[in-house]
Amino acid sequence: MWWPAGDSLLRVRPRDTDWEGVRLHVVTGKGGTGKTTVAGALAIALAAGGRRVLLMEVEGRQGIARLFDSPPLPYGERRVAVAPATPTLPGGEVYALAADPEAALLEYLEMFYNLRHAGTALTRLGVVDFATTIAPGLRDVLLTGKAVEATRRRSGGRLYYDAVVMDAPPTGRIGSYLNVATEISGLAKVGPIRGHADTVQSVIKSPQTAVHFVTVLEEMPVQETLDGVAELRGLAQGGLQLGGIMINMVRPVDLTEDQLLAAADGTLDQHELDTGLKAAGLEDRDGLAASLAAELTEHAREELAQRAQRTRLAAAGQPCYDLPLITDQMDLAGLYRLAAALREQGAA
Amino acid sequence: MRAGPALEVDRLLDDPRTRIIVCCGSGGVGKTTTAAALGLRAAERGRHVVVLTVDPARRLAQSMGLSSLDNTPRPVPGAAGEAAGGSLHAMMLDMKRTFDEIVEAHSDPDRAAQILANPFYQSLSSSFAGTQEYMAMEKLGQLRRADEWDLIVVDTPPSRSALDFLDAPQRLGRFLDGRLIRLLSAPTKAGGRAYLKFMTAGFTMVTGVITKIIGVQMLRDVQTFIAAFDTMFGGFRERAEDTYRLLQAPGTAFLVIATPEPDALREASYFVDRLASDQMPLAGLIINRVHRSPAAHLSAARSLAAAEVLQPVPGSGDGPLDLAENGYSKENGLSHPVAGSPEPGGKPAVAATTSRHPLTATALRLHAERMQLAERERRLEESFSAAHPVIPIAEVLAQPEDVHDLDGLRSVGKELARGVRLS
Repeated sequence: MWWPAGDSLLRVRPRDTDWEGVRLHVVTGKGGTGKTTVAGALAIALAAGGRRVLLMEVEGRQGIARLFDSPPLPYGERRVAVAPATPTLPGGEVYALAADPEAALLEYLEMFYNLRHAGTALTRLGVVDFATTIAPGLRDVLLTGKAVEATRRRSGGRLYYDAVVMDAPPTGRIGSYLNVATEISGLAKVGPIRGHADTVQSVIKSPQTAVHFVTVLEEMPVQETLDGVAELRGLAQGGLQLGGIMINMVRPVDLTEDQLLAAADGTLDQHELDTGLKAAGLEDRDGLAASLAAELTEHAREELAQRAQRTRLAAAGQPCYDLPLITDQMDLAGLYRLAAALREQGAA
Repeated sequence: MRAGPALEVDRLLDDPRTRIIVCCGSGGVGKTTTAAALGLRAAERGRHVVVLTVDPARRLAQSMGLSSLDNTPRPVPGAAGEAAGGSLHAMMLDMKRTFDEIVEAHSDPDRAAQILANPFYQSLSSSFAGTQEYMAMEKLGQLRRADEWDLIVVDTPPSRSALDFLDAPQRLGRFLDGRLIRLLSAPTKAGGRAYLKFMTAGFTMVTGVITKIIGVQMLRDVQTFIAAFDTMFGGFRERAEDTYRLLQAPGTAFLVIATPEPDALREASYFVDRLASDQMPLAGLIINRVHRSPAAHLSAARSLAAAEVLQPVPGSGDGPLDLAENGYSKENGLSHPVAGSPEPGGKPAVAATTSRHPLTATALRLHAERMQLAERERRLEESFSAAHPVIPIAEVLAQPEDVHDLDGLRSVGKELARGVRLS
């Protein structure tokens, strides 16, 4: 983790893990930033050390199944990965759940009213669809409710899951998604769902829950992250805890500071490249040195643009974590690398 | 394997028969920028264009240098359409406002006020999943009927899947006209009584459960809403069907936007299939953020090998280099090579000489990375084209910086119109 401090970016590690005590990790981010991937990596990172973690998705996209290369997930918790054991730590387990509001509502009806049978008939009539449709907040409260239930679930006197990671809706929707009690209060002023919403809210707005943002170092995703942080900060008075900013797809910088600035200006010494290429035994065919210089220039401008975005993110005042760009197709090995990066930086 | 044909963007923009361009694709692929760039280019080529964005993040506003967009088309300052006889307007959809306008237009003032004040209506008009898509289509229909512009470019809502855009309007229409809503409204209608007697047992059960779920107050709100909204039901489905037909009309062109990544291209592939099965006119695929190299003749493998010659990777078997001893440090990494360069073309004899080209080694490694990335992207595009061989494709190179002004949009437009496939 690096804490932004003024203009310089200090790298510090105040404690072993930054989110001690957090059991429900909500992961949001703009589309295309790798939200599901980072949520998966976080689940693996949290599972290390013999722990059991639930990774849950709520948008019906089967993104988790794709990520772990498994068949579509049913509405049920299924083990999708193990966290690798290390010489010092035993491995752990990651379970996954593709939550679905309809199933969650039926479960809720059964739990509170013993209405499973009627529920099936109601599904056919479209009541469930209707209820979740007329009250969008209801849909959200059922989904967050499922996460809260898993977070609090006990078995044999101990907590069933050590942590729950929720791959939440994108940044644009996260405020209303998490603010369920208020969203629903406009609709259901009284009634059982209201009570349920209040319970859900009390867990979400507690130190047990943290909301993490996934972004890449581009202008729009960073803007959305800053907007999202500001929005949630408005809700923070109610106890909502902001989490970390996970900067995804970070490329290593291969140039020295001087080289970087010169390359960005297009004032790199091409003679240096010329002789270098000769030394490497490459002939300068079709302006090879000039082409490589152009590539360096683009690389440097990209890097400087990313730095500017980093500075903007620093203004959010939340801890930031860097996740390396995985250039190969994302697979389990890539996820383990990201999980390791999260652990090294203290996110888990 | 052969890549798909090239998409001729200018031909599409210049054709007066093209009246609507719909940009669709999954989130984060650059739909808004593409829509804005197409709109600007068309305006500067003489079309009277309005760009409709439905994205609440004010992205189009930012990239078009506008501080705010409301529900009315505003001229875009600095768009040089006049020279060519064209013009550019932009607007951002206010879905609640659009919904309110429909209500106001289709009921008397008293009833309209009653509907607008209903809590259930307020929830429906501001947060129902699908209202945004429905209202985007509604607005598109309005703009088309107004006939003030000869080209409308639409940027579709940032839905979780590109397909939502086509389905959501009908879902809202179906919902508002649905049998359950009729069942719930039955007691409020004169003719409903007899029907109700027939249904009493079922009805009680249904309302009972709904009350349990959402509370009696909300059910009452819904029933009041339905009573007031009664005359407008049916109209909703009809309107959704109207815009659906408008999308199928010959003047409409769909452009599917993607990036050369597995998820975005898979989504694009679904969408292309869906457009075909719905007989929607697809003009082509635009692939944003494509990476290519100006030195494509130097392969990744050769580039890496050359970098290795210059700067052996520690532990690679060539023996570790003592960089300090060889006069290399970060401070003088940029300095000119000193005497002792190896013979041209020859394999460097000693490590002391080769370590003096760290910049070239870095450039070669970066080049290799870029070649690998370009190769992966090309493979993904090829598998798309293999499945959809006749879909024309345009590619836009990745820009080192984000586009946030008209000049940036202009250069994107230029790239879009290049008309030849990269590679």
